[in-house]
Amino acid sequence: MSPDQVPVVERILGANEDLAARNRQVLDAHRVHGINIMASPGGGKTTLIIRTAQALQGHRSVAVIEGDIASSVDADKVRAAGVPAIQINTGGNCHLDAVQVQQALGQLSLEGVDLLFIENVGNLICPVAFDLGEHTRVALASVPEGDDKPLKYPGIYSAVDALVITKMDLLPWVPFNLSEFRRLARGLNPDIRLFEVSCVTGTGLDEWVRWLMELTARK
Amino acid sequence: MSGARILTGCLIDCRMVVHMHELAITESILNIVQRHAEQAQAKRVLSIHLVIGELSSIVDDCVQFYFDYLSQNTIAAGAKLLFERPKVELACEACGHTWQPVDADWTCPRCGEARARVVKGREFYVESIEVE
Repeated sequence: MSPDQVPVVERILGANEDLAARNRQVLDAHRVHGINIMASPGGGKTTLIIRTAQALQGHRSVAVIEGDIASSVDADKVRAAGVPAIQINTGGNCHLDAVQVQQALGQLSLEGVDLLFIENVGNLICPVAFDLGEHTRVALASVPEGDDKPLKYPGIYSAVDALVITKMDLLPWVPFNLSEFRRLARGLNPDIRLFEVSCVTGTGLDEWVRWLMELTARK
Repeated sequence: MSGARILTGCLIDCRMVVHMHELAITESILNIVQRHAEQAQAKRVLSIHLVIGELSSIVDDCVQFYFDYLSQNTIAAGAKLLFERPKVELACEACGHTWQPVDADWTCPRCGEARARVVKGREFYVESIEVE
């Protein structure tokens, strides 16, 4: 029997993407805006989420899904700050996927929630490939990581709606060429929204929070 | 012999993460292949043609390694994965020039604008399978 060529032409992560679309429908039905937060480990994701939720108090209601390989350290921190949070442990997986987010959504009361932060596993590579059902994708880049990251991880920089440069208070102490970093990021993604934030001093949080309020108002 | 080489390559390339996203991707590929092979009433899958753009961070050897493991005792056991990895191609929003960047500096080599759109390089699908 001679070999046959069978055309397939099917998206490899089609099953994940279909489920992500269903997650998005669930969020839409509750008028919740989902934001997928991606960064390296230690990039400042949890701290930014907590500071943002505090700044949004009285304006928008926030809930958080925390993704980590192990532990509930992050969800505990977020809950201690008075924000409802569900912890997903990926059991070793380097990224969240739509199945895990679907399960977390089942445990979370979405009534009255305006903004849902989904904190992805700390990683600049794998999370990019997996749609979770979010509406907006945000990457964080912390100053101490260095200004060459767009050169090394073009995939994430070209795939997000916004980029938050965190730990801006460290700028005087570490070599980080801000204008070069901005140029590289914009080169990979001309429409990217750039924010420069320090959660220690509070610098730049206003602009970021204003943008989030605009996003949710547009719903 | 080659199995050992693939395993070593995998560990070097992917050890920064615990379970690589290649595992989840390989599971998806196997599901797709099994479904299409059964529909075609095939006895065996010989090869799988994948199109994965350069912007997708996939280590080919890792995927083949996982595939060999996951596909044991399935219709796709022993199938060879053929990777087509389209290079990134960009189009300048300002002047319309298209080019293949040499690194992640996506400034237009013709007009100097940093406003590039990705034309190629994000492909991520199973193109076809060869069966008997």
